[in-house]
Amino acid sequence: MANGVAEIRRGLKAGKFSSVEITQDYLARIALHNPALNCFISVTDEIALAQARQADAALARGESAALTGVPLAHKDLFCTDGVKTSCASRILDNFIAPYDATVIENFKRDGAVMLGKTNMDEFAMGSSNENSYYGCVANPWNTEYVPGGSSGGSAAAVAAGLALGASGTDTGGSIRQPAALCGITGIKPTYGRVSRYGMIAFGSSLDQGGPFARSAEDCALLLQTMSGFDPRDSTSAEQAVPDYGAALGQGIEGLKIGLPQEYFADGLDAGIGAVIENAIEELQKLGAVIVDISLPNTGLSIPTYYVVAMAECSSNLSRFDGVRFGHRCDNPTDLEDLYKRSRGEGFGAEVKRRIMIGSYALSKGYYDAYYLKAQQLRRLIKQDFQQAFDSVDLILGPTTPETAFKIGAKTDDPVSMYLQDIYTISLNLAGLPGMSLPVGFCDGLPVGMQLIGNYFNESGLLNAAHCYQQVSDWHQQIPEAFR
Amino acid sequence: MSLKTDDVRNIAHLARLHIDEADVDKYAADLSSILDLVDQMNQVDSQGVTPLANPLDATQRLRADEVTESDQRDKFQGIAPDVEQGFYRVPKVIE
Repeated sequence: MANGVAEIRRGLKAGKFSSVEITQDYLARIALHNPALNCFISVTDEIALAQARQADAALARGESAALTGVPLAHKDLFCTDGVKTSCASRILDNFIAPYDATVIENFKRDGAVMLGKTNMDEFAMGSSNENSYYGCVANPWNTEYVPGGSSGGSAAAVAAGLALGASGTDTGGSIRQPAALCGITGIKPTYGRVSRYGMIAFGSSLDQGGPFARSAEDCALLLQTMSGFDPRDSTSAEQAVPDYGAALGQGIEGLKIGLPQEYFADGLDAGIGAVIENAIEELQKLGAVIVDISLPNTGLSIPTYYVVAMAECSSNLSRFDGVRFGHRCDNPTDLEDLYKRSRGEGFGAEVKRRIMIGSYALSKGYYDAYYLKAQQLRRLIKQDFQQAFDSVDLILGPTTPETAFKIGAKTDDPVSMYLQDIYTISLNLAGLPGMSLPVGFCDGLPVGMQLIGNYFNESGLLNAAHCYQQVSDWHQQIPEAFR
Repeated sequence: MSLKTDDVRNIAHLARLHIDEADVDKYAADLSSILDLVDQMNQVDSQGVTPLANPLDATQRLRADEVTESDQRDKFQGIAPDVEQGFYRVPKVIE
């Protein structure tokens, strides 16, 4: 089967197949494989087929937008008008969103078909997709292993060929880490590039939406649709969106790529290190110049991140109170009981841990020691990158310190789970764009390589990844059970 | 940094979260280990560093004070747990 957005677009335009035909194919694949993978919370068959019929009518009239007729999946934290939007939480299990997120509006504007809403860690809090009210997602490469998180359902759906592409969000690595663990490509753009309107908030100064697909070329197409200034998001970037597709294939001759010594130190799995070394050699053959650099405050990023993220989450999640929407407990005795039991019943253990740490860090007497301190360290982390980008064009390293781990392996120890994000979270603190692309395997499980760009240099990332993908085929590998 | 069970009960109250009494010890242990991780921040002297709130150091954008939203009360209340005559109902607050 054809598995690229660009390829399907050409086929649809040439009339080789209809959008209804491919949408039916994908719905059939979802029906066949989703029971084993659990990557969808909701499959929206009727909406998908109605959108596909509209797309076919538009194509027949010779009118087609950027993604007309292309079947995609969306992370279940993007509000979709009239469709359940659960954030994989019991507290929103009965929530039918009354409006569309800007990202969803943009996909509709450009003619895409929505196959369904994908599974995730509850409120995007997790690195394994095990924190979902709807159960864990399985990694298509080995169903005993996690797909990564928090956008695990989106990543697994694309890896298994249950959608051509998917939306995700990334607060500390939630696009890049599952892309790496599932062997696909994903990009987290610069903070402010993709609107957060209707994207249920976790850490508002960190959250950013972005796409998953097999290739950088497809990610460029999807990111084009997702990006742009949105007056409804107060932190949306008022900056023109370049033509990402036009940036591809410019070559990387003379491109300076920095390797942070801290990303190749103790803690990195030796097998992953060797796979990344091979990818670096390929980039050198394409003309890239490798430079050693240092990001000395890398070690501070995990403690800093967890203070900022948990403080912001405790504020953001205060809106879930059992009054206006979502789960309400039975027979509350008074208002406080209504709040406490609705939230206590509605949130899972990891979400409760994070709300409590955040509430503690923001409480009287502790604000300076935690939140203010973290914001100061956040600036030091950002300055590391700013200094590095004085001398290099891109930064490169592994996306994760390990490949996918077994389901259940880290559930008893929240801190060991947090350490999975060591290479990804500093970008969210700094607001920088980053992407993960597949560069090989270790013991049968995919390895992701992370590229980091300067602010608003998504084009540079996509071009470098595309150049690599022109001379490699890791991004085209499909797990045997799903071919 | 180690939290006692009473600290956990107090934080849960501040966050308006009911937690089962049987889980309090586990939360105390988990939250303490997270705070131990967080305490690594103190390895660095950051005195005088300007805090970073927005990663792009952006300031709040203002807009004209114009009505941009239409009235969608019925739609929004259609998903509410309990409404009456256009109001959200909660247990009695004032005696």
